[in-house]
Parts: sequence; C-alpha cells; structure tokens
Amino acid sequence: MGAYAIRRLLWIPVTVILTTMIVFLLVRFIPGNIVDIIEAQMAANGGGTIDRAAIMHLLGLDVPVYVQYARWVSGIVVHGSFGTSLRSSQPITPMLLQRIPLTFELGFMALIIGLLIAIPVGVYSAIRQDTVTDYILRSISILLISVPSFWLGTMIVLYPSIWWHWAPPMEFIPFFTNPLGNLGMMIIPALVLGSQSTGSTMRMTRTMMLETLRQDYIRTAWSKGLSERVVVIRHAMKNALIPVVTLVGGQIPSLVGGAVIIEQIFNLPGMGRLMIDALNGRDYPIISAINLIMATVVIANNLFIDLTYGWLDPRIHYQ
Amino acid sequence: MTTKNSSAAPAKRVEDKRPGFFMDLLRRLILEKPLGTFGLGVIIIFFAAGIFSKFIMPFGYQQIHLLERLQGPSAKYLLGTDELGRDELSRLIYGARISMEVGLGATFLNVLVSILIGATSGFLGGKTDMIVQRFVDVWMSIPGFVILLTVMTILPRNLIVMILVLGITGGIGGARLVRSAVIAIKSNIYISASDAIGCSPMRILLVHIIPNIMPTLIIMFTLGIGGNILAEAGLSFLGFGLPPGIPSWGVLINSSQAYLQTDPQLALWPGLALSLSVYGINMFGDSIRDLLDPRLRGGVGRYSLSDKKLNQLKQSLAGKVVKTN
Repeated sequence: MGAYAIRRLLWIPVTVILTTMIVFLLVRFIPGNIVDIIEAQMAANGGGTIDRAAIMHLLGLDVPVYVQYARWVSGIVVHGSFGTSLRSSQPITPMLLQRIPLTFELGFMALIIGLLIAIPVGVYSAIRQDTVTDYILRSISILLISVPSFWLGTMIVLYPSIWWHWAPPMEFIPFFTNPLGNLGMMIIPALVLGSQSTGSTMRMTRTMMLETLRQDYIRTAWSKGLSERVVVIRHAMKNALIPVVTLVGGQIPSLVGGAVIIEQIFNLPGMGRLMIDALNGRDYPIISAINLIMATVVIANNLFIDLTYGWLDPRIHYQ
Repeated sequence: MTTKNSSAAPAKRVEDKRPGFFMDLLRRLILEKPLGTFGLGVIIIFFAAGIFSKFIMPFGYQQIHLLERLQGPSAKYLLGTDELGRDELSRLIYGARISMEVGLGATFLNVLVSILIGATSGFLGGKTDMIVQRFVDVWMSIPGFVILLTVMTILPRNLIVMILVLGITGGIGGARLVRSAVIAIKSNIYISASDAIGCSPMRILLVHIIPNIMPTLIIMFTLGIGGNILAEAGLSFLGFGLPPGIPSWGVLINSSQAYLQTDPQLALWPGLALSLSVYGINMFGDSIRDLLDPRLRGGVGRYSLSDKKLNQLKQSLAGKVVKTN
C-alpha cells in the first residue's frame, strides 16, 4: 500500500506539467487573437488606428510561445499570480478567488443531493429486481441520464416565468450574507446539474448491488437466517458501494463541465461563465488559468479516489 | 437432438438448429426485457425518421415562409413555424437525421479509436502499455467538455469535423475499458496456442481477441450513442457545435433562445425529441447490457432466478439426471 501510494504521488507533478503544457498550447491555436478583436471593435466604433506591435509587446504576446509559457509558469510558482486579463488588465487571481467558491458550492451541492437520492433508490431497485417499482425506478434513472441538462434548465427557467410570472433572482446572494437565500437560489441549479450524474449513480448502485447479492457470502448470510435488512445493509451495501465511490469520483469532471452550462442558464457568476466569456474574447491567461484549475481539481480528485479505494477495500491492503 | 434407431430405416437427422448470436439476442430481448423492447421501438422510429426524412418532411428544412413566421401549431404547419417561417416539424425530422449521423458516426469512431489504443496497448503490454496509459490518464484529467469547447473554437464548424472530434476525444476515454477487456482475454490458453503455431500478432488481435471482447464493444457502442448525441446538442446549444445552417436539435434550441418569452414551443419540441430519442437508445443499451454482461448471470437463491425459471430448469433437467447407486 505504501509503495503504491508513493508511486502514484510521483506521477502527479508529471501529469500536472503535461496538462499545463497541453492547455497552454491548445489555446494558442485558436484563430484570431485579441489584437484582431480590438481592431474590429475600433473599426465598428468609427475608425482609428492602433499600434499592433506596441499592444502585442504590452500584452506579452510578441515573444515565442515557450517564453510565454515560462513566464506564465514562473508567475504562478514564484508569485502565486495567474497574470492579468488581456481584456481588462485586471489581475486574474482575485477574479478567480471570487468566482471559484460559487462553482464549487454548486458542484458540491449537486454531488451530495445526487448521492442522497441515488444510493437508496439504487439499493431498493436491486433488492426488488424486476418488480414494477424496479421498472419505474430504472426508467426514471435512465430518463435522468437522457434529458439534456441545459434543456431541462432552460425549461425550468422558462415555463414558470410564463405561467406564474416568476423570475429567478437577478442579484446573486452570497452564502455568508444570507445562507438560506443562497441555498434557495442554488438548489434548483444544483438539482439540474446533478440530474445526469444522479441517474448514472442510481444505475451503477443497482448493478453493483445486483452483483454483490449473488456472491457466496450473501448466500451464507441468508441461510443463517438473517433478516433482509441486515443482509442488505450490513453485508451487501458496504461492499457494493466501493466501486460506486470510484465511479462517482469519475463523474466530477463532467460536473465541472456541466457547471459551465448551468451557470450560463441560471445566470450565476461562477467560473464557468468566466470561461465562456474568455473563450469568446480570446483572453488566453484566463482560459489557461481556468483550465489549469479544473485539471488540478480533477487530478487531485483522481488521486483521492485511488487512495481511498485502497483504504476502503481490505483486499487491496494485504497485497 | 439426434437419435439413431438401428432397428428400423435410418431416422431423419434433425440438424441442431442454433440461432445466430444476434437473432438469439433479439429473441431474448423481446421475451425478457419489455423496457428494452420499448427502447428498440423508439430507436426504429428515430432511425426511420432519419433515413426517410426526405420523404416524410412536409416542407424543405430551409424553406422560408417569411409571411408566416412564429406561428403556433396549425393544420398546415403541424408544429408551427420558427423565426424565419420555416416549418418546425420538417426541421425536427431533419434534426433526427443529423443526430443519427452524428450519433452513429462518432460512436463508431469511438469504438475504433478505443480498439486502436486500448487493444494494442493491452496486447503489447510492458513499456508501451505504461506510456500509453499515462497519456490516456492525462487526457482523462481534463474535463471532456472543456476539451471539446476549446477544440471546437479552433476548428471549422461542420458535420464531418463534429463527428471526428467527438469520435476521437471519446475514443481515448474508452481505451481503458477495451484495454482491461483485452488483458482479461489475453491470459487464455488459446491465445498462447495461436502464438505458438505462428499466428502473427495482427491475426491474433483480429481473429481471436476482438471477437471475444464483442460484448464489451457492443455495450460500449450502444451506450455511447446517447452520450454523443447529447454532447453534440450541448455544444451546439452553447454555439460551439454545428453552425446555425444545420438544424440539429441542439442548434434549434440555441436559435430559439431569442424568442423564448413569446414562442417557448420552439425550445420545447427539439428538447423533447432529444430526450425521447436518447431515452429509447439508453433503454435499449441498458437491456442489451443486462443480457450480455456475464457477471449478472448465475447465482442461486432469492436474488437471481425467478421461480418460473427455476421450475423450467428443474423440468428440463428432470429427464436427464442419471441416478447412480
């Protein structure tokens, strides 16, 4: 277990470095550059000329790519700063610090609510396999996976406003100002964000429970005369849920991606919105910074999952 | 079963009629999985709409009737018209065709790329395997949607590019699954036997390994179609997918955004179509997986065979048990 963990940890810096290089390079292949956009805006506003070379120098875009990369990395490592936005010349780090908690809160709520719904449903569906309830619950879980979350979000925002003249609050309520108001605002976006992963977890829990319930030790427990409740909860569930933990961890990347869309629809000022604006505005530093953060979150998450899997499953301990 | 009666004239031999793999699968699907059969029905309707779209569409999908824009459902335009007076129903039907093309094309490419990376990596093993797996891990670290957004910003927007991008990026993720399936098969004796009689690695891969990982591949394929259709829809919704000229369902939802307050049905129909189609596909894929996954079979007692099946099994075995002693 020790050797495994150490080897795993050693790979992390390599993975992170490779990821940063990939995201940095990828973004610079996007056609069109911020100076072109500035020129286009000036032309739309009535003319005037700009000194391209001076702007490029100001924004640090006139040096070769690897120099830009080196500057960016040293900025992060040495100064802890992600640089400044190309469009607004504001430092990026405070911008991110302001928006990240929202996106995390959204993702966290989506995950927790999803688990609270999915696991009991999955377990029940497995122990009553092929009954009507099972069919209904399975249909619901597949429905949750099939409905696109952006459409669901749009419908939820749209129809109540048409039928009941209800509108989502315009102004965002931070958590510390008003916890209940904040939760009330975030719960529907969180439910919509989590809908697909909830359906997925329901199905996985059901499959894992079905598999576990066919094991010999369950047959033993059953023949010992234990009540169904004890067999399922004390023996089967704990073993069945180990792979589910891994798989839920694997859903975190898609939650991160889904948050981008949900923030757009429900008008929440999080990291996802920033990302889309930056992509459209060719604001390289912001794009790279957000990609880096997302990738780090996912890598840390994968590491956490791998290590806890080793801890949860006693069979891995003794290898 | 064959019976030979030596006293009379030779009896007619009844060849053992075994249904083919797919026919057997279909039969089991219809008999055992009502939800899956429903899913199959939805898929058939969806594909029929896609393949025969040119014959079903009442109007052309680009045909503009500017005098009749933004109308609700009527006798002439069964689902109403959109902001340029195009018939919504026709655009919806053509959207089915687009979704079908993207879904099938991208998923087929998925499986191909997964086999390319996963099967060769798993089969060759050793250093190559380790290096390739590291790259796959790095790739999987970056949220898929973010990769898609970034890549689609770079490339031109059309159907072929969409299929290629979805196919390749999704395939790298599936490589892991294929690799573990291949490693499980590799330990079998017939593989080393084939190697011993001089089969080339390519032959072993194509003739022995891939046919034996078919269940995994089939499951990957059927479950992946829904994901690819939704991915294309999501990208188009954000404006990073297909261009507005191509009426995929995602694009339809996107272009309805400006008119939501007055004509919400423009966003409703494409979304319903998406949900229903992907629902049918996933139902079908789920049932296929139930039928093909070997781990879900077997087991005794309350949680496996139903009573009816148990009785059938007992009856079929009753005549054949030979009592010794």
